[in-house]
Amino acid sequence: MTDLTLTVNGKRVTRDVPGETLLSELLRETLRLTGTHVGCDTSQCGACAVHMDGKVVKACTMLAHQAAGTEITTIEGLANGELHPMQKAFNDNHGLQCGFCTPGMIMAGVDMVQRYKAEGKTLDEAAIRHELEGNLCRCTGYHNIVKSIQQAATEM
Amino acid sequence: MYDFDFVTPASLAEAAAALEDPEAMALGGGQTLIPTLRARLAMPSKLVSLAGLAEIRGICEDDDGRLCIGGATTHGAIARDAAERFSGLAGLAQRIGDPAVRNRGTLGGSVANNDPAACYPAAILATGATVVTHRREIAAGDFFQGMFTTALDEGEIVTEVRFPVPRRSAYQKFEQPASRFALVGVFVAEMADGAVGVGVTGAAEEGGFRWEAAEAALAARFDPAALEGLSHPAEGLISDIHGDAAYRAHLIGVMTRRAVAAAA
Ligand SMILES: Cc1cc2nc3c(=O)[nH]c(=O)nc-3n(C[C@H](O)[C@H](O)[C@H](O)COP(=O)(O)OP(=O)(O)OC[C@H]3O[C@@H](n4cnc5c(N)ncnc54)[C@H](O)[C@@H]3O)c2cc1C
Ligand code: FES
Ligand code: FES
Repeated sequence: MTDLTLTVNGKRVTRDVPGETLLSELLRETLRLTGTHVGCDTSQCGACAVHMDGKVVKACTMLAHQAAGTEITTIEGLANGELHPMQKAFNDNHGLQCGFCTPGMIMAGVDMVQRYKAEGKTLDEAAIRHELEGNLCRCTGYHNIVKSIQQAATEM
Repeated sequence: MYDFDFVTPASLAEAAAALEDPEAMALGGGQTLIPTLRARLAMPSKLVSLAGLAEIRGICEDDDGRLCIGGATTHGAIARDAAERFSGLAGLAQRIGDPAVRNRGTLGGSVANNDPAACYPAAILATGATVVTHRREIAAGDFFQGMFTTALDEGEIVTEVRFPVPRRSAYQKFEQPASRFALVGVFVAEMADGAVGVGVTGAAEEGGFRWEAAEAALAARFDPAALEGLSHPAEGLISDIHGDAAYRAHLIGVMTRRAVAAAA
């Protein structure tokens, strides 16, 4: 066991965590933040996507200790009194059905909008589809997810 | 998962010392190694994390104008920071996996792993890059030694890859639709002295290789038309459910022509 300190959704947390603990396990089982979903558990589906220091990562393919000293944002940390524009856009555009992939889609969506803004690039429909390569949805057929991200991109 | 220790060295020297332990293994971005550990295909008792080592991160130029990329530099950083100086390599990095994989996965991890369908070996072979470790420098042609096999010794850390920057270059990847790794990927580079390198990945069991006949044709004339009538033999190429050897051989020709046409 080794002490691990990091910031999760703005709160500093310190826990005694074995070296082999995954970030997804720390979030879900230790911190009880079960909004981060585990779908494939093999870095394919993106349901476990969270932000580490503002960049999207897959929590099932990271050790908790690799996040030492960083700031993690999960889906629970996105809303700030009211829904984040990306969450609202998914709501407005019916961007989900069962909702299993949705936390990961939203975290990936926020990352891509912020990254394209920072680099001064246009996030058009084709770019969104390409950017979503690491996020799988078994229900929606993606069209409304793409529309949701397009809407949020104009509001963020 | 099984129990292991996680070590965060403060310097390259400390990382190298920790890796002297035969039970220890280097951890780069973990995008290959963590799934491997979970499948228990490797069971080191200690992981030495290289991701935080500033000494082996980032991109700079050496006195010979070569682009030197640290072993712990992520694919995402290469896609962004090499775009101006070496657009072919940046384009290659931009198409590895997905954004989350690119934010974690590193050049050193990919090179050390030498997956026969990995993208970087095509660029490293085509440009004649040098792989630098904390012990020595290894030429591209000597480094890759067959599927998942390299010249690296136990505990040897890839600190940097030095790329001679081509006049123009491009990578074209025909994706295996499920994994999105290269079914066949081709990197074409026209070097400053007019020589041409053609690096192929995904096609052969032994991993990346150079297509010398195409290099000679393109050195005479850097144009897709120069490849007319030239095809890569199917012998020795991979046949699997995604494509047989003849199909892969055909793709090598198609991807090479597309890369020449796209080279910038
Ligand atoms: C969904 C998905 C899609 C992918 N698609 C592609 C693709 O299209 N093309 C492609 O090329 N790759 C692809 N990859 C692989 C990806 O590029 C990995 O990041 C890379 O192969 C391994 O890099 P890493 O830093 O994650 O290494 P790790 O997983 O940490 O380590 C891999 C191996 O290298 C060793 N190692 C790590 N760093 C060093 C170092 N500096 N020196 C010496 N040894 C080291 C480790 O001990 C281990 O044996 C994909 C991966 C995933 C999960
Ligand atoms: S659960 Fe992490 S990518 Fe599927
Ligand atoms: S809404 Fe069900 S998996 Fe995407």
